[in-house]
Amino acid sequence: MTNSIEEIEQADVILAIGTNTTESHPVIGTRVHKAITRNGTKLIVIDPRKTTMAERADLWLQPWPGTNVALVNGLINVIIKEGLADTAFIEERTENFEALKEAVADYTPDKVAEITGVPAEDIKKAARIYATGEHSSILYTMGVTQHTTGTEGVLSMANLALVTGNIGRPSTGVNPLRGQNNVQGACDMGGLPDVFTGYQKVTDAATREKFTRAWNVPELPAAAGLKMAQIFAGAEAGTVKAIYVMGENPLMSEPDLNHARKCLENLDFLVVQDLFLSETAELADVVLPAASFAEKDGTFTNTERRVCLVRQAISPRGEAKPDWQIICELANRMGYEMNYNHPREIMDEIASVTPSYAGMDYERLDNGGLQWPCPDKGHPGTPYLHKGKFARGLGRFTPVEYKPAAELPDEEYPFYLTTGRILYHYHGATMTRRVEGLNELAPCGLLEVHPADAAQLGIKDGDIVRAISRRGSITPRVEITDRVKPGLMFISMHFSETAANVLTQAVHDPISGIPEYKVSAIRVEKIN
Amino acid sequence: MPLKMVELTIDGRQVSVPEGTTILEAAESLGIEIPTLCHDRDLIVAGACRLCVVEVEQIKKNLPAACAQPVGAGMVVHTNNPRVREARRTVLELIIANHPLDCLTCEENGKCKLQKYCYEYGVQDSPYEGETREYEIDDSNPFIERDMTKCILCGKCVRVCAEIQGVNAIDFINRGFDTKIGTFYDGELIDSPCLYCGQCIYMCPVGALAAIPSRGLGRDYDVEKVATTCPYCGVGCQLALNVRNDRIVGVTNIADSHNQGYLCVKGRFGYEFVHSPDRLTKPLIKRNGKFEQASWDEALDLVAEKLGAIKAEYGPDAIAGLTSAKCTNEENYLFQKFVRAVIGTNNIDHCARL
Repeated sequence: MTNSIEEIEQADVILAIGTNTTESHPVIGTRVHKAITRNGTKLIVIDPRKTTMAERADLWLQPWPGTNVALVNGLINVIIKEGLADTAFIEERTENFEALKEAVADYTPDKVAEITGVPAEDIKKAARIYATGEHSSILYTMGVTQHTTGTEGVLSMANLALVTGNIGRPSTGVNPLRGQNNVQGACDMGGLPDVFTGYQKVTDAATREKFTRAWNVPELPAAAGLKMAQIFAGAEAGTVKAIYVMGENPLMSEPDLNHARKCLENLDFLVVQDLFLSETAELADVVLPAASFAEKDGTFTNTERRVCLVRQAISPRGEAKPDWQIICELANRMGYEMNYNHPREIMDEIASVTPSYAGMDYERLDNGGLQWPCPDKGHPGTPYLHKGKFARGLGRFTPVEYKPAAELPDEEYPFYLTTGRILYHYHGATMTRRVEGLNELAPCGLLEVHPADAAQLGIKDGDIVRAISRRGSITPRVEITDRVKPGLMFISMHFSETAANVLTQAVHDPISGIPEYKVSAIRVEKIN
Repeated sequence: MPLKMVELTIDGRQVSVPEGTTILEAAESLGIEIPTLCHDRDLIVAGACRLCVVEVEQIKKNLPAACAQPVGAGMVVHTNNPRVREARRTVLELIIANHPLDCLTCEENGKCKLQKYCYEYGVQDSPYEGETREYEIDDSNPFIERDMTKCILCGKCVRVCAEIQGVNAIDFINRGFDTKIGTFYDGELIDSPCLYCGQCIYMCPVGALAAIPSRGLGRDYDVEKVATTCPYCGVGCQLALNVRNDRIVGVTNIADSHNQGYLCVKGRFGYEFVHSPDRLTKPLIKRNGKFEQASWDEALDLVAEKLGAIKAEYGPDAIAGLTSAKCTNEENYLFQKFVRAVIGTNNIDHCARL
């Protein structure tokens, strides 16, 4: 997030796009609720489904999945046309505005209405509400990013914030709500193929030189490595021979699971380090038992860039060991000395090579955490980014054009399918499905079907149906509901026996490498 | 805009606070504790329990509730004089006239605010005799037990459910002596819109609401509370794992945090997986298609040997590492260091996009 969680309450306008906040980030959902009920904050929700957020909104726009870029361009079109742009901010802090203006000129409300299914009048209303808020904050999640045009979706929101000057001040900004406890930290720590910690490029010679010295190795690889999808493709092609997986379950989280399984089966050697014998671990040659979050010390970095302490509460179960110890033991066996007495020593090393974490240590983190950038030991942390100046100097408008999703409904597969989470489970559900009460409240995956579609298909609430895409099929139970609109269905990603990702396709955003989970085409057959 | 400051005297001490501050807040700023049952700093003031009454010399007709009474210039407040103490004693006697004194088996024993104040004010029994209410316990759902016989009608559960969660699963129903907290049509919680955040349990000053998975596993004073970070979504809520005999037996709030103490159903009740019988407790090596238990030495030697051999034969780029959005920063740091410095490849990624 460019801004902080607590600032949400003081926003004049919240534009929540592609975020089922009350289910996926419930405690941020409470902040939004307090904002609208106590402070009179206006809430605009953009979501294809009637989520709780949509029900609470002052204005809800219901576009077809995969049309975000067109919709946001439409908002910017109205803002510029109606003179609602922050010209002083554009003049002083940005560049390339003319190119943006030209690019959005075609996205008139009428045209955008045609693409998105959102009435033109609502597009105008939303643009006016967002642009006239003194502090307007954008919240978004995977509804924006999990598209072949996900990066463009994010850029279009950056354009929207820039054009109205809603960035670099409290209670504004472009705020992704990160979905996993330490997804921010895994990125910050260089768990990506092209960067070391703090997004320092592996392709930069001086950076490599720094890490070569810090890690005491003769050299480090200079070329960016493979992204997740390329790793799987490499496994399939036989160029990737071995994969070491720590605390991930790609055989639930990858798209087109039937294909992903074939890729992993083609490996010479697979090591999985986990709490449970997950779908992925079952394919492994060696499985290493890891300690849970409650059995070790460490830190997680949350969605507002806050580094928080994780503290050991109980001893590891059985012979399980914390992941950091397992990695050290493996490194030592492979001839590289890696010895730490406690994670605090690892954090000290992180701080020594990572400018944005340089001011952090366990003593300082002991008091509610610190938000990066925190460049030195006297620095209080940074609640919001881009104050006064952007990291690159001027904020650059990057015009983006709408492109349709890779697969659209047709005669053979006539329904849109979109996927996501529900409140009671989490991601691949390795953890939550081992909590009896959560399973009792949400025992199975439900395919949400609009009453009109249900009538046409001749299916009733609770029926088991066959949902089929070009990749595979699953047999979920049906929930008839107006949370979806006619032509659109939804299923959660959590249940392995009705795994949503059997249906999704492995097409990716070319820049970020994210799969298009939010748009697939399916057909549904009644099972007699 | 600078706030207008108001000067007043509380228990003989001068204090200057912004206009609009309540007497309760002004007293807190001096470190003076006033007892409350229905108050919470994040809920809209209800002034329901009357336990926080104080004497204000300028207010002749009654003892105002400190939680609801704004400060006035020149007020002289007594928070703990005999008249105030007597009034509070009466309030407590009225409450326990219709409250079971079953502290021996109550989950809340030791943490109960009613018990605490009865102790402090020497209230052992109630002189007020009459009919008492008795309701069936609702434990229709996996997480929240509702024993309305113990409810003192402070309304904090209703307010947190409506004001903070926006769920409105419960409200005051009926009138007068029959007033109780209930769901629509007084049904069971499982049939209500409740989303089991459990915030009502945390707010409840007595034992009317309890966490079902924690029942019988230890009172507040039996457990060690370990402050940590929730392992689910990216909000990173701070919470306290309640530990007894090397087991997690519950989760409680940490109010002074970026999540203001609030949690969702997963953060509050989703810890059971840690103790699942499915947990891997020994390394496993697959031989002839079947997993066999192995020692750490055996398993790690095999991994080191295999990765070393593949690196030697095909080069480092034939190996890839998938690090984890679930593991700690320290573990992610070491994992990428291992992949880059030990294996010698940048083939590292994780499920950030998934």
